[in-house]
Amino acid sequence: MDIVNIIIANVFINNYVFSRFLGICPFLGVSNKMETATGMGIAVTFVTTLASVITHIIQKYILEVANIEYLQTIVFILVIASLVQFVELVLKKTSPSLYNAMGVYLPLITTNCIVLGVAILNIQENYNIIQTAVSGFSAALGFTLALVLMASVREKLEVADIHESLEGFPLTLIAAGLMSIAFAGFSGLM
Amino acid sequence: MEITNIIQPILILGGIGLLFGALLSIASKIFAVEIDQNVERILNVLPGANCGACGYPGCEGLAKALAEGKAESNACVVGGQKVANDVAKALGITASEFEKNVAVVLCQGDCDKAKDKYVYQGIEDCKAQNILADGKKECPYGCLGCGSCYDVCAFDAIAIINGIAIIDREKCTACKKCIEVCPKHIIELVPYESHAVVKCKSEDPGKAVRGYCSIGCIGCKICVKNCPEDAFSFENNLAKINYEKCTNCMTCVEKCPTKSIVDVTYDLIKEENKIAG
Repeated sequence: MDIVNIIIANVFINNYVFSRFLGICPFLGVSNKMETATGMGIAVTFVTTLASVITHIIQKYILEVANIEYLQTIVFILVIASLVQFVELVLKKTSPSLYNAMGVYLPLITTNCIVLGVAILNIQENYNIIQTAVSGFSAALGFTLALVLMASVREKLEVADIHESLEGFPLTLIAAGLMSIAFAGFSGLM
Repeated sequence: MEITNIIQPILILGGIGLLFGALLSIASKIFAVEIDQNVERILNVLPGANCGACGYPGCEGLAKALAEGKAESNACVVGGQKVANDVAKALGITASEFEKNVAVVLCQGDCDKAKDKYVYQGIEDCKAQNILADGKKECPYGCLGCGSCYDVCAFDAIAIINGIAIIDREKCTACKKCIEVCPKHIIELVPYESHAVVKCKSEDPGKAVRGYCSIGCIGCKICVKNCPEDAFSFENNLAKINYEKCTNCMTCVEKCPTKSIVDVTYDLIKEENKIAG
């Protein structure tokens, strides 16, 4: 039951993009095409899930044992950056097709605040390791959902007859705001 | 305050960093991917414009195809003979002969010579105009003059003069972008060495062409009869030159009664004079 709660909360109610406003940069940057949006979504899901578990282990068995929790942010960034590099290396060797599909988005994740945000929030919520993994995965799932929704809206906006002053980012930001309000409606779900 | 409180975190953080660094360097050895040296060398000699005229996704795509032997050394249409030679050198093979093409707009019906059927006031885009009753010109084949090709040309080779697109032979690199964008399909690639070109695409009978354009091909077949090399074919009321047979004798250019066959080298000079005057 707990796990289902975490999934629903992370995907809909506390969607990291629409209600916590993390990961806005890729949300606006790569959401102009459905193809790139799904590519980025898959890459983020992969890295966030792995990063959540590894940061959890480091927090519990290194930082808390040595009483240096204040180094959390720096250590977590180190973990995420190395992890992204590692995943890139492995993918390049084992699955070139997946590597090509993810392309430049993989290294971009290093600077995606959603990965760090999820890792730190997991610690704050005192999740155990399974809950952490589920939380990381569902957070990224929510991010992917946001990206795919935005991409489908923007693909339509591309061909729409729009006033010059609203073309491009102004209208994208308005659309993002409206979607965020819509997602706020989910807060009554639980 | 004890000194260990400072040293311990430094050691732990440094240790973690060192551990990850070591893991990454080991991983980079284990998961090392061999990169084809040829690809990089070829990529260096290609123009790097990523225009896609070769049919591959960007210069890197072509470089890969070249390294695998899937493409000819003259595949880069923009680079010309020089790039073909460089590529051949990088691959260690003899260069293929590069045949230079240029794009030509096959229409001369400018504002004075071709009649309009309505006044177009929509957005300046050929595709948009074409949707509205096949464009403003009475001739359903002619250049619409809205400059969609001009917008897409990356080499600044196209000008719109008096309602008609003209391509500069010297600047054109045959990247085919204008050919793709033209809704009337009246831009075609012609060998650079061929100077005589039928600048009309109208497949209407002569009487109809005469009615709406003073410089269109009326299908009189004078060029077909007079060509000493037998380079002309005649289909759908339109003369067509076989550029492989053409010897640039210019008989057709002289004989054509409507001047729809032109010497493209001379034509350019004429147009330039018109701008100056």
